[in-house]
Order: sequence, then C-alpha cells, then structure tokens
Amino acid sequence: MKLITAVVKPHRLDEIKEALQAFGVHGLTVTEASGYGRQRGHTEVYRGAEYTVDLVPKIRIEVLAEDDDAEQLIDVIVKAARTGKIGDGKVWSLPVETAVRVRTGERGPDAL
Amino acid sequence: MAPAITLAADKLSVANTGFMLICSALVLIMTPGLAFFYGGMVRVKSTLNMLMMSFISIGIVTILWVLYGFSMAFGTDHGSIIGWENDFFGWTGIDKGDIWSGYTIPVFAFAVFQMMFAIITPALISGAIADRVKFSAWALFVVLWATVVYFPVAHWVWGTGGWAFELGVIDFAGGTAVHINAGAAALGVILVIGKRVGFKKDPMRPHSLPLVMLGAGLLWFGWFGFNAGSWLGNDDGVGSLMFVNTQIATAAAMLAWLAYEKIRHGAFTTLGAASGAVAGLVAITPSGGAVTPIGAIAVGAIAGVACAAAVGLKYKFGYDDSLDVVGVHMVGGVIGSLLIGFFASGKGQSDVEGLFYGGGLDQFWKQCAGVFAVLGYSLVASAILAFLLDKTIGMRVTEDEEVSGIDQAEHAETAYDFSGAGGGSAKATVAAPPAAESKKVDA
Repeated sequence: MKLITAVVKPHRLDEIKEALQAFGVHGLTVTEASGYGRQRGHTEVYRGAEYTVDLVPKIRIEVLAEDDDAEQLIDVIVKAARTGKIGDGKVWSLPVETAVRVRTGERGPDAL
Repeated sequence: MAPAITLAADKLSVANTGFMLICSALVLIMTPGLAFFYGGMVRVKSTLNMLMMSFISIGIVTILWVLYGFSMAFGTDHGSIIGWENDFFGWTGIDKGDIWSGYTIPVFAFAVFQMMFAIITPALISGAIADRVKFSAWALFVVLWATVVYFPVAHWVWGTGGWAFELGVIDFAGGTAVHINAGAAALGVILVIGKRVGFKKDPMRPHSLPLVMLGAGLLWFGWFGFNAGSWLGNDDGVGSLMFVNTQIATAAAMLAWLAYEKIRHGAFTTLGAASGAVAGLVAITPSGGAVTPIGAIAVGAIAGVACAAAVGLKYKFGYDDSLDVVGVHMVGGVIGSLLIGFFASGKGQSDVEGLFYGGGLDQFWKQCAGVFAVLGYSLVASAILAFLLDKTIGMRVTEDEEVSGIDQAEHAETAYDFSGAGGGSAKATVAAPPAAESKKVDA
C-alpha cells in the first residue's frame, strides 16, 4: 500500500474530490495547512506597517491506495489540482506497512 | 459648556432630562465599543486582557466617581485647580429633585452623564500598553490616574472656576480633557514600561478586523451621546449642530484616511476606515459646537490625513504605542482643539470667531494654552504614576507570560475555542484560586 499526500491550492479541493470519486476512491482526509514553496507569501498593510506573510494557506489531502493504483491516482490528483500558475503545490507517496479498519478489524487492502 | 439656554434655567425640563439619560447610556456603550475596537487589533493570545482593560474601568471609575470624583471635578472651585463639595462626597447630599445649577436637568442626570466620560478616558489609555501589563497593576493605575489626572483636568476644562474654562478654552465634549489627556498619558506610560517583546520584529497583525469594525461602529453610535449630550440640553439648537457635525467630520475623516492610505500604501484597508472614523470623531469632539458643517468637513479631513501620517511615527522613534492611542487620540485631539482657532464661525456655541472668520488668532492662543498644559501635565503625571507602580508592584508580566499569552497568565481563560476535541477534563468542584505556577501555560 501507499500513502499519497497532496498539498494543493484550497480552491482545487472540490475538483480533486470529484476526480478521486470518479476514479473509485472511497475515503480521504483533508487538513488545512500553510506553507510556502516557490510562490512565497504576500504583503499586508496595517496602519501603514507592512507585514510579509510567508505562509500561504493550502489544503493537505491524504489518501491510501493499493500499490498498483498509486501512480494512476497521483496522476488524477495532479490533473485536477493543476492551474498552471505558481503555487499549485506538490504530491508525493510513501510506502505503508499496514492499515486497519477500526470498526471491523480488517487489515491490509481490505481496510481501504 | 457655558449656559446659553433659552428655557428658564434651574427649572426641570422633562425633554432635556430624558435626552440626557439616553445620552448617558450612549456614552456608556462606547467603552465596550472601545474594548472591541482594541480587542480585535491585538493578537489572539491577548484578546481577553485587552477587552478587560476597558471593561474594568466601568467598575472602578463608577465607584470612584460616586465617592469623590464628581466632587473633585464639579464641586465648588478651589484655586482654579480643583473642585470640592461635601454634599457631592458619596452623593449623600444630592436630592433627586436638585437641579444642576444654570441648567434644566437634575444633578443626578448631569453627574451620571459625566461619569461615563470619566469611565472611558482611562480605558482609552489601555490600547497603548497592550499584551504586557499585569491586570492588578492596570487596575491600580486606573484608580490613581483618575484621581490624580482625570478629575483635576476635567475640573480645569469644564468646572466652573477651572482655569482653562475661565480663560475661554473651548472644549465642547472632551478633545482636551478626554483625548489629549488619554493620549498624552499613554505616551508617558509607554516611555516608562517599554516595548512589547518582539516589537518591530515579530508580525503583530490584528487578529480580528470584524471585531475592530464592530467596535468602531459602537463608538460612532455612542459618540452622538458623547458630543450632542455635552450641551446638557437641546433647546437652542447647539446640540443638533454638534450632532450633525459629528456625523460629517467622521465621514470626511474616514474618506481622508482611506485616500491617504491608497496613495501611500496601495490599498483601502478596513483598519484604515475604522481608524479614520475614530480620528474624525476625536477631532470634532472639541470643535463641533464652534464650526459650521463645511468647517466640520475640513476638520475631519485634516484629522484623517494627519492621524494616518502620525501612526507611523512610533516605528521611527521606536516607542511601542501598540494600538496608536498617541497617533489617533492625542494627535486627533490636538488638531481638533487647535483648528477651533481657525474654523470657529461665531454662529455655534458662542460668538467666538477663528482666524478664517475674521476673529484673528486670539482663540488659537487660548486653545494652545489648554492643549499644551493638559498634554504636559498628563504626560508627566502619568509617567510618574507608571514609574511608581513599576518600582513597587511591577507593571509588566514576565517575558515568558507575555510570549505565551497574557490571557492565560492573568485571566486563566482563552478567548476562542475552535477545537472539537477539547483535550482536558472538567472538575466537578469549584477550583481554589490556582497558584501562580499552575496558571502558566506554555503554548
């Protein structure tokens, strides 16, 4: 199994969710995150004082996938997340040792 | 507030009394309004402390005012410096039917209206010392400052026999006694207690601009009572002039601040709109009874630009006036008070004319005397009070507490709980006051 993590622009979340559902993914976890890459931050002004805000709001999506599906699933996410502008984010995957469905105790791919 | 009443003075007017009681309630709501205005501007970790610094003033100053404050400010004059009247001590000698001399409202109505001014003035100072002052030290400061600074200054400016009042300094509703007084006090205190940890280094963004906007709205609303009520009646039109000028100058100042910001910094900010409105309210407070509606536009616009420029000075000079009490209240108050010397039309509260209406500079010099005497006295006296408190009980919380958040350290509370998980446990019994050690939270 693989854990696929995507850190993307917040307004792409709906598209990504729909694309994953169409692909057959039944569950995912979403967290509000903040960070920066090449996009860097922006400047805010309060009573004339300028603040550079380094961290940009992002959405972090985590999905578990079977090994065979992982590469294809990453492509689905990348396609749905892409706007072509700077700051679109990143997607990566990691190997997962095991997963358990808490309600039934099923393990491995059955738990997905 | 010279008597210029067309109704028979010293006879109760039901309309004026009703008007004044409503105005008193309007001025009261300015203090919670101020609490929100300031509270939204600080970081999340000190929101409650900021709210409480204003709110506690309602409790403390109300009691002081009844005990001896009203007597010191509005009792019989002694040497043009201070008032005292035994009947006013604890309000024991005031009968419900007594009329405030020269006016048409009960003494109680006058006393409670002025009480609200005494409440908000120390609260104004709190914005300059955000995030870093022990609550007990602040409470004690309010007691001392009201007693040593506000009550005497209110007597100078408004009390019959007070030196500024007799000199002819015009301060309709408190540009000098309230705003310059509080702004200069703020400067005196911050010069003694110093900057916040991380000033000019850490980002100190307002945590909730909607709260700031709510506060500014409440201030604007309540300010109609503050200003129009200060004529203590409404039967000769001066109160109405003050009311419309309050609206006009505030609008002009908001637009002026926004225009300045757009040109200098490239954006129309929400904080700028709220700050500009308050700057306009401050500037029209002393002057609204003396100027025409066109004059009010000028006063508001000048104050809006001047205050927008003045708030940047703290970074230049390195003093941490956290929420710009000096830049908005002291500067706005000085501008409003001095502009009377130019814009007084002779058709408002008195026949005094300013430079632009053919009256020469006479009134301007009088305004200067009032402005700089109050500014100097408040600055020095407030610095001394802060110094004494700092050397005895200590003004500031520890650096650790300031960085972790003063709300936890001083109030044992958190402003917002967005966590669904909780992550604690409740005790069934009421806890004893926590020891200083256990209150500290390292966030």
